[in-house]
Amino acid sequence: MGHIFVIAEHRQGELRDITFEMLYKARALGREHAHTLTAVVLGGPDSGFGDRLAPWADRVVVMEDDRLSAFDADIYTAALLKLVTDEAPFLTLMGHTPWGMDLAPALSVRAGLPVATDCVDILLEEGGPVAIRQIYNGKLYSRVGFKASTGYMMTVRPGAFSLDEAPPEDGAGEVATRALDAEVPESRKEFVEFVDTGGGEVDIAQADLLVSVGRGVGEAENIDAVKALAELLGGTLSCSRPVVDRHWLPKYHQVGTSGKTVKPKVYLALGISGAFQHVAGIAGAGTVIAVNKDGKAPIFRVADYGVVDDLFTVVDALKEKITSG
Amino acid sequence: MDIVVCIKRVPLIQEVDLEINDAQTGVRDEALAYVINDWDNYAVEEAVILKEQLGGSVTAITVGSEADEEVLRRALAMGADQALRIDPGSRQLDGFVISRILTKAIGTMTYDLILTGVQADDDNGGMVGSMVAEGLGIGHAAVITAINIKDGEAVVHTELEGGMDEVSKVKLPALLSIQTGINEPRYVSIMGIRKARKKELKVTDLESLGLSEDDLTPRTVVEQVFFPPETAGAEMIQGDAGAVAETLLNLLKEKGVSK
Repeated sequence: MGHIFVIAEHRQGELRDITFEMLYKARALGREHAHTLTAVVLGGPDSGFGDRLAPWADRVVVMEDDRLSAFDADIYTAALLKLVTDEAPFLTLMGHTPWGMDLAPALSVRAGLPVATDCVDILLEEGGPVAIRQIYNGKLYSRVGFKASTGYMMTVRPGAFSLDEAPPEDGAGEVATRALDAEVPESRKEFVEFVDTGGGEVDIAQADLLVSVGRGVGEAENIDAVKALAELLGGTLSCSRPVVDRHWLPKYHQVGTSGKTVKPKVYLALGISGAFQHVAGIAGAGTVIAVNKDGKAPIFRVADYGVVDDLFTVVDALKEKITSG
Repeated sequence: MDIVVCIKRVPLIQEVDLEINDAQTGVRDEALAYVINDWDNYAVEEAVILKEQLGGSVTAITVGSEADEEVLRRALAMGADQALRIDPGSRQLDGFVISRILTKAIGTMTYDLILTGVQADDDNGGMVGSMVAEGLGIGHAAVITAINIKDGEAVVHTELEGGMDEVSKVKLPALLSIQTGINEPRYVSIMGIRKARKKELKVTDLESLGLSEDDLTPRTVVEQVFFPPETAGAEMIQGDAGAVAETLLNLLKEKGVSK
């Protein structure tokens, strides 16, 4: 019997999906183990987030202050430290997002609570909570236990838990507004602006056929061969993160959580291993066809059709069939 | 600008069949090849770029065994000035313990900036940087794709989801965790690594850092490592390249995307 805290995440006035994914999971855990569920949101004045979260939790704690309107690790850490110290939740969940990754480990150290990051499942067992994580880029999973503590923290992988669009019917948490009553230091960080990095001459999100290339392409010069295939097939060229990291293609070609979410009728993945950040970007694809030398590549777990072969062998064979046929 | 960069040696896992060890707590490591963690490679490059622009020094640190010195030598060859290996002996390590070790070691140094990779390719934890910053009581930002140093501040880009960056200013000293793609890491030749042998590589053990038993107590324990749960998986297309190509083209036609 204890409290589960879910720390909401928002950007530019919108609550992020990860918030509801965590609430969905925490709600199920709470029902099963008789824990109460509290959604915690730090935001600017009159954010309106409290009412949005109320149907999902037993209780919503809203902390509103000008200094909380944009994410700031220094101020958020101080505010949450006070809250978790005062209320001693048994389990505190945050998103494993760029902001959560910045905030959660620091808070864990300051609050003296153990943390497991990037969890894809949460088990509450008699001996304490257990985190299920992916390691080695999803090739293996691990079951992680904690040193005994009064409270535990986990960051949750976006997309790990299904997002139930409609709020639960039996839920209607009370909303408690709390002042930012913590001793808040002057922040060492100052927000400047948000910058769009995904724009460019091609919008891969609109394509019906994406011919997508990954690390397996080997070097920049080899991209042309795949580009030529994309043109022959009347498809659009896209890629996974390593290709952009190596500056072989501009970022507007990138599929995945930090790039674009796509929904083509067919996604042809060539030499893409299938890191979860990539796979999350193709969840809306109709048919996924993967070609990879590595038969154990995680992409085959989500693909509809697979070919274990060198991508250039397949690319060349496809070109030959098209031009001769 | 004195920069400390924290790096790790990890197994190369692309196109490798990982096997689970007998205790089921990790991978069988006998047959694995090791490399510098990809994120850390970008962090070293970024440190060296900043030093080249602004002067100062770069110190590379790793917590690991003698074999892990390979990545320190590599960092020295890329342009780091000195290196430190902290030998944890047979201690059980988790992200927390590593962060305490690094906090103590860096705490005795002079630094303006600390760089880490966003995460390591083995345990994918991504927690050490933020924990070290908290331990040292300095500002921090994660998932950084650009750094400009100006007037005692770092103007940084944090890569957010969905093709958006957050730009912010962080007061120095600060810790930044570096995302892949921030730069183009320079090529390191065998000759370069040989030459870098002249640079200083210090080794220290945990005893000399004055860590408490609490510092060295892991907060998390990997109880079991297992293969991913079965999924329906892909329908595998077999045959020679010509037959595979024909099947694929028919599929595209069937799905209505054929030209």
